[in-house]
Amino acid sequence: MSLITVKDLAVGYDGQVVEKNISFSVNKGDYLCILGENGSGKSTLMKTLLRLQKPIAGEILMGDGLKANEIGYLPQQTVVQKDFPASVREIVRSGCLGREGLHPFYSKEDKELAEKNMERMGITKLAKHCYRELSGGQQQRVLLARALCATGKLLVLDEPVTGLDPKATQEMYELIKKLNTEGIAVIMITHDVTAAVQYASHVLQVGTSAFFGTKEAYLAREKGESHV
Amino acid sequence: MFDTLLTYLSFPMVQKALIVGVLIALCSSLLGVTLVLKRFSFIGDGLSHVAFGAMTIAAVLKLTNDMFLILPITILSAILLLRTGQNTKIKGDAAIAMISVGALAFGYLLMNLFSTSSNLSGDVCSTLFGSTSILTLSDAEVWLCVGLSIAVVLIFVLFYHKIFAVTFDESFAKATGMKVEAYHLLIATVIAVIIVLAMNLVGSLLISALVIFPALSAMRMFGNFKVVTICSAVLSVCCALLGILISVLAGTPVGSTIVAVDVVAFFGSCLAGKIMGGIAK
Repeated sequence: MSLITVKDLAVGYDGQVVEKNISFSVNKGDYLCILGENGSGKSTLMKTLLRLQKPIAGEILMGDGLKANEIGYLPQQTVVQKDFPASVREIVRSGCLGREGLHPFYSKEDKELAEKNMERMGITKLAKHCYRELSGGQQQRVLLARALCATGKLLVLDEPVTGLDPKATQEMYELIKKLNTEGIAVIMITHDVTAAVQYASHVLQVGTSAFFGTKEAYLAREKGESHV
Repeated sequence: MFDTLLTYLSFPMVQKALIVGVLIALCSSLLGVTLVLKRFSFIGDGLSHVAFGAMTIAAVLKLTNDMFLILPITILSAILLLRTGQNTKIKGDAAIAMISVGALAFGYLLMNLFSTSSNLSGDVCSTLFGSTSILTLSDAEVWLCVGLSIAVVLIFVLFYHKIFAVTFDESFAKATGMKVEAYHLLIATVIAVIIVLAMNLVGSLLISALVIFPALSAMRMFGNFKVVTICSAVLSVCCALLGILISVLAGTPVGSTIVAVDVVAFFGSCLAGKIMGGIAK
């Protein structure tokens, strides 16, 4: 059974369909890149996957023991976060809250999980630093560590390298790949076709010339099209 | 001067003012950090005008305890305002401006039409700027204030981590299964309660100052959410105490004196932040 199976999904907002007939599945250990131009509905699709908005038609099935609150999400940075006075540790720990229900404080397990994930992302030394004083690459690591506190199974990344310099971009991609080889499935939204074909195992193209399949099939099709 | 202060402190009305002042300063500073970060600094202003409007309705209806009308109306407006922040045709800042100006105009209009007092502008002035109403508190009002303050602090402590998560990143919180709408509702209600409480102290117009100044001052100096929250609470309480004592001694209006102390504290914090930042780097 796949972690996520999407069947004939139509996404959009205010009843307006942005993109329809989306079908794909993500299995344990997959690395799926979602490609598409601006306005093609990538972000809307992602929000629908995360249940931030309702699908217009079709269905999203979760399997393999994946619960709706077990998707780790790396959103794009918001204006609010740029000058937010919070320490790295506070932010990473907040990833555990989805599971806590009404329990008011963090459990010992939560705190240990947060420390472990900071170690994994190489930001343990920054634990007491203020988030707004970190570099772009370090901030993304903090948010990734927070996402890992919410999940051990599936990460959804929304353009994770936006605004990063080339070196930080490279490090970010390597880090994501490392997590993927450790067994976490990854869904990444990106503009960067080169990175997609370099790291992904599967590609979903939305918008014009929609496509879903393995990276190899995607490359073969691109080649075919460029010959025509 | 110390003797005069002691004499004043033995008056029950000064004692009551100090209790209520400290409690309100504490409550208003707690959510200040969240409001400033969420770009809702002006919600305090908008809601206080709604509370002013509600107060005039209560006055026209000649209710003996106007709190029972003001509180529900303000809570309702707070919920509506935070709702519009999400997805409606009229966006956040415009909605706040609309409600705030509308309520202020209606309040003044009602006072004008139905007022029995001969000193109308004096009445309006004292509702807007608080003037001395904190020195004329009844026992019942003090107890109401104590009860509501305890509730606010308790809610804040119990939901502290949730409020942090919702403030820092709403979509992440929602995606990982937190009931973000419910927490918005909770925050809106608490804000409304705080504003209605604070109206007694500084009046409608200066509530925003009480909510945002301690938070902004604390944010100048620290980069840790918990420390910022605690620091803003401590600052707010100290400024309120100092402000009330100065106003009792010097005979200045309570509300504006407290806000003046807050402003001075803000510039002090900016300076302290610069010096501390210099050492840290």
